[in-house]
Amino acid sequence: MASFKPTKIPIYPKLGEKVTPDTLYWKNYKAPVQIKEFGAVTSIDFSPLAPHNYAVTASTRIHIYGPFSQEPVKTFTRFKDTAYSGKFRSDGQLLVAGCEDSVVRLFDVSGKVALRVFKGHTKGVHVTDFTSDCYHILTGSDDYTCRLWDIPNSTELTSYKEHTDYIRCGTTSKLNRDIFITGSYDHTLRVFDARVEKSVMTMDHSQPVESVLLYPSEGLLVSSGGRYVKVWDLLKGGQPLVSLKNHHKTVTCLGLSSNGQRLLSASLDRHVKIYNTTNYKVVHNFDYAASILSLALAPDDESIVVGMTNGVLSIKHRKSPEEKQEVAGKQRVRPVYRVFVKGRNYVPKKDDFFVSKPVKSHLAKYDKQLKRFNISKALDTALELWRKNRKPDITVAVMKELDRRGTLKNALAGRDEQNLSQLLNFLIGNVVDPRFTPVLVTATEMILDIYQAVVGQSSVVDRQLVRLQELVEREIDYQQDLLEVLGMLDTLFATSLPRKEVPCPGSSRPNGLAEGGLGAPGPQLQAA
Amino acid sequence: MVEHAEIRMVRRGGSKINFREPVITNDSRFLLCAAGESVNVYSTSTEEFVHDLQGHTDLVTGVVLNPSNHLQVYSCSADGTVRLWDFMDGILIKTFIIGYPIYSIYVSEKHGGVVFVVVPMANYKSSELFQLVAVHLPRSGDQEVEARELSAVLCDVSPHPGAVSFGREGEYIAATKGLQLEVFFFKKQKSYRFSLKSGMKKGVKNAFTCVSCHPKEDCIATGHADGKIRLWRNFNQKKEYTYTTLHWHHGAVNTLCFTPEGTNLLSGGIESVLVHWHYTQENQKDFLPRLGAAITHIAVSPDGSLFCTSHSDNKITIIQSCVKVSAIIQGLVKGDGVWTDLIIDPRSKALVLNGKPGHLQFYSLHRDKQLYNLDIVQQEYINEEGLDQFEVVKAAFDARGDWLATVEERRKKGAELEINLKLWAYDKLTQSFVLNTTVTAPHEDRITGMFFSPSPETTMLVTTSLDDHFKAWLLADHSDTKGKLASYSEGFWSCDFVGGYHLLKPGCCSYSADGSLLAVGFQEVVTVWSPASWELLTTLSQPPGAIRDLCFGRLSCSKYLLGTSTKNQLCCWNLLTCSLEWSTPMDVSLLQADPLSENMAAFCSQSGSSDLFVFKPSEPRPLYSQKALCTGKVQHAVFAPRDQMLESCEERTQWLNRSQTSAQLTPLSRSLPQLLHTPAHVLPSASFLCAMFVRSLLVSRSSLCLVGWGTLLHSYFQVSPEMFDQVQVRAPAAPLKDIQRLVPKPILRFLGCVLRVVVLLQGEPSPQSENRL
Repeated sequence: MASFKPTKIPIYPKLGEKVTPDTLYWKNYKAPVQIKEFGAVTSIDFSPLAPHNYAVTASTRIHIYGPFSQEPVKTFTRFKDTAYSGKFRSDGQLLVAGCEDSVVRLFDVSGKVALRVFKGHTKGVHVTDFTSDCYHILTGSDDYTCRLWDIPNSTELTSYKEHTDYIRCGTTSKLNRDIFITGSYDHTLRVFDARVEKSVMTMDHSQPVESVLLYPSEGLLVSSGGRYVKVWDLLKGGQPLVSLKNHHKTVTCLGLSSNGQRLLSASLDRHVKIYNTTNYKVVHNFDYAASILSLALAPDDESIVVGMTNGVLSIKHRKSPEEKQEVAGKQRVRPVYRVFVKGRNYVPKKDDFFVSKPVKSHLAKYDKQLKRFNISKALDTALELWRKNRKPDITVAVMKELDRRGTLKNALAGRDEQNLSQLLNFLIGNVVDPRFTPVLVTATEMILDIYQAVVGQSSVVDRQLVRLQELVEREIDYQQDLLEVLGMLDTLFATSLPRKEVPCPGSSRPNGLAEGGLGAPGPQLQAA
Repeated sequence: MVEHAEIRMVRRGGSKINFREPVITNDSRFLLCAAGESVNVYSTSTEEFVHDLQGHTDLVTGVVLNPSNHLQVYSCSADGTVRLWDFMDGILIKTFIIGYPIYSIYVSEKHGGVVFVVVPMANYKSSELFQLVAVHLPRSGDQEVEARELSAVLCDVSPHPGAVSFGREGEYIAATKGLQLEVFFFKKQKSYRFSLKSGMKKGVKNAFTCVSCHPKEDCIATGHADGKIRLWRNFNQKKEYTYTTLHWHHGAVNTLCFTPEGTNLLSGGIESVLVHWHYTQENQKDFLPRLGAAITHIAVSPDGSLFCTSHSDNKITIIQSCVKVSAIIQGLVKGDGVWTDLIIDPRSKALVLNGKPGHLQFYSLHRDKQLYNLDIVQQEYINEEGLDQFEVVKAAFDARGDWLATVEERRKKGAELEINLKLWAYDKLTQSFVLNTTVTAPHEDRITGMFFSPSPETTMLVTTSLDDHFKAWLLADHSDTKGKLASYSEGFWSCDFVGGYHLLKPGCCSYSADGSLLAVGFQEVVTVWSPASWELLTTLSQPPGAIRDLCFGRLSCSKYLLGTSTKNQLCCWNLLTCSLEWSTPMDVSLLQADPLSENMAAFCSQSGSSDLFVFKPSEPRPLYSQKALCTGKVQHAVFAPRDQMLESCEERTQWLNRSQTSAQLTPLSRSLPQLLHTPAHVLPSASFLCAMFVRSLLVSRSSLCLVGWGTLLHSYFQVSPEMFDQVQVRAPAAPLKDIQRLVPKPILRFLGCVLRVVVLLQGEPSPQSENRL
């Protein structure tokens, strides 16, 4: 005697994006913390020292935040005008910042007043950085010059005036104290060597350069400008490697994940894209509320900090492994150890007589009702489940089962206003879902058949019926549009597909269509 | 063309065991049931087949125990005889020749030496009317006696065996037909008739379906078409009879049976629930639900301890003490149709076809027994008429039997077609198939063909559908998720390629023997694809007529592709030249390739009967032909491998014909072993290789000549399996001598692989071999 076979709940494919290791990694961040700054956040820099504070440059201030603090632990306000590019030195002790008033200031992180003030630029300084030997400072300015300064005696060492437009980005080599790179609005990237009078390498980005980034190995250079992100091979004399066009507005900022495997780009189009650095494919995508100006990743990707044009600083912290366990542990609480293990670990002796008890199969409530042919109750139970957890899978499966039994109409009939409106609610929520449409359309038709006589008696039901009608009409319009698009795509594909003649060796003997049918278009190929 | 005396068509089994009510012997050890032309004896405890009682020349229509000797049994048959058997030893004791086809048999303890049989009325030729006659069995010592002493008891009875029943101690007999119940009292020699109204009201169908009499009291239970059971009492007069009604069944009551003591009444119907009514408290009833299929007969052992129920799916269930199913005797299930075709499971060598609704049955041809049922649909089966059920419409095994693919579909009137493609992996632990992947709606329309690639490297499945596409499915390698769960390490199936050709509907497809080519027939055009790159290699066509069947040649004939078209054409294309090799006008309804040799079988329907041709694709002359194999059109056929290797290796064909009641098998004594491991279609023809090889090895002696190898030779010459080490051939017919030769073994192995059999003759070639040269 076979036992009752429970209703099969099919596993529906999840709509939307695919789950990859990358999405798992990059989704593993908590909800963002948002801090309002005084103006657009132009620069964010993490301190290389252990608590990894970060300096946020916005408007005329530089705030330094602790890793988990919502309030700044330190503020530098001695700027006469908009500050730019607050950067930590590699020992985390000093901070340099440019300013719109062309003065470059050097601060002690623990102090308040500027230790050194470098004057010499004639226009705002947007770029500042320390060289790798910690004794010099690189600055780049809107007066088209970039200069090197000596920290101990605050004098200008060299000045390069090769760019023909504003210098808005630059970086120093971490391996060589004499090498630095600047990017300018004159579309070029230039590599300078402090020991030489002139730039040693020039690359044409063909867009105003907004950001440059050196790989840790310093063999590759990434630049962004316009909608493009370009990767250059420095070891091959600045040969372009790839050009990425994944944003639809200017890319403002670049970042590299801690292991150097993923490249991040932030743009005015409010997206942060993450690329795989081996094949430069986008593997993940973050959305933000406003145009992004600055982006920084904490060491070990512990947090992602993004600054936006509306002055909002958004900080996402990585979920700690303990929290993950906590979520999983919640379900494990139920069984009481002593009750469930009792007798389990008993090892039978040699002469013991086994009495095997048939395993009682547990049936869900709706299955029990289906077993007893209580079809209306089974449908009620299924709807109740949907109301509780908002997952339509079970409800649709029960409806399908009822339909298979030929009793769906009976189960749908004989409902009062409240019951019917609940049912209609379910249909409105799910009927256009392509995974459930085949079943639910049948059910909807049946409901309309059954209850058409009572239309107009209840305002609630009538309103829902009108909503249902609108929904279906809208869906039909969508489908029509989609079909049109599909038709256009088909013609495009048909013209782009190379026509291939079917080889027909040894066609001396009659072979029907093989010769006669060559005039027709080639075989239809579709990759699944 | 050689006719073979030893090729016979033999019916192998698959007979209906639910045709008539089974009988349990007095000691409850054996169960007897009519099965085709014999009576089968089964053990009730082990459910094994013990032996059969053979002798009848037509369908056995009834089996009853001899009331005067509990070790004997009467059986009646449509061949007009009643036979008495000793069922323990399986000996025929006596044959009584009645002379009319018999439809059922009844005996009673009170009427010794008399059996009651239902025969057609003598004066009505067209077997429309039947009568119940008493046959006095003559006492004579002869094996075969004519029993001519017939006396009519009741005229115009139903030929259905459940419609007649003996009453208490054989005092009366009750018969039902249509809306009438007739009771005949033997003492009074008088019969009473009770009629019911036709009841044309909604839902009321009063027609009688079965009758059973209480063994101890004067009470008759009748079953009705609308599911009611009536208990008739006080019927020994015309007027003041009474009846009470019991109603549980929602379909017709198929069968009724009282227990020997009369305390319980058992009933069954389409609901496949055995209902157990308590005779004294009529409101009380017990149920035994989900017995699998509609109940057709119920029998109770004479001591009342065992019940057995026959079911419409050719099954007998033995139930112990009212509650527990203790044994199931399952024959070949004959479902509503064989949509899946006949398939051989490569692992168990069982025949696989549709069984119960939503199941596949694995049926052993050699033991005439169902091995197991695989539940494909996995849904609760609702026994109700007019429901659209899911049906398994396609099934396919891969070459090693590790994977099974099934397609189930359900078509509702006016609604969308529901199709599921399921892939099952063989589980070595449980020795059965486990569901691996379910693909809902793999195609938008009905699937017309499904085949696995025979190549051992890739596991690939191709489905063709009426939605103008064919799809290739691949076992995706989930190596990155492998570490997580061991059970999922084997991966899932996903679609690899979707192909089409000019929006034509693909009808059939076939893989070449090594899996390097795929031929898909798109109406009139055959397209040949390379599964490795999914390139369209070439198209072949031979109009007019759409392609119905496609088959690649195998082994030495692997360069050929055979196709049959609807316009009576059998075409053979050579794939090396991409041209037509030969074609012949034949109405081939079915084309099958032998998986172990290069032979092909074609079934042609001509003037109402089917002919079989077995041929090699390289030569259009048939090796074997059989005219008028059976009447009607052959729907399905498959080559079945032998269980034990006889001689070198043999196969049989078997075919199941819809026009006949059961599967038929033919032992076609043919060859051969060994598969080619190289892509067969790139090799030169084997005959060429063989001649070259033999010439290079043998001393040129005029008395040696090569005969060849092939299918038919093996009926004459036995080839020992050691031939790979030394060429040793024995021939009983021709003057052949053993040849032993020191040949490097590797060469011979290679030869053995490619050529399989080399036969060398010394002396005069035999006349047969000359024919073939």
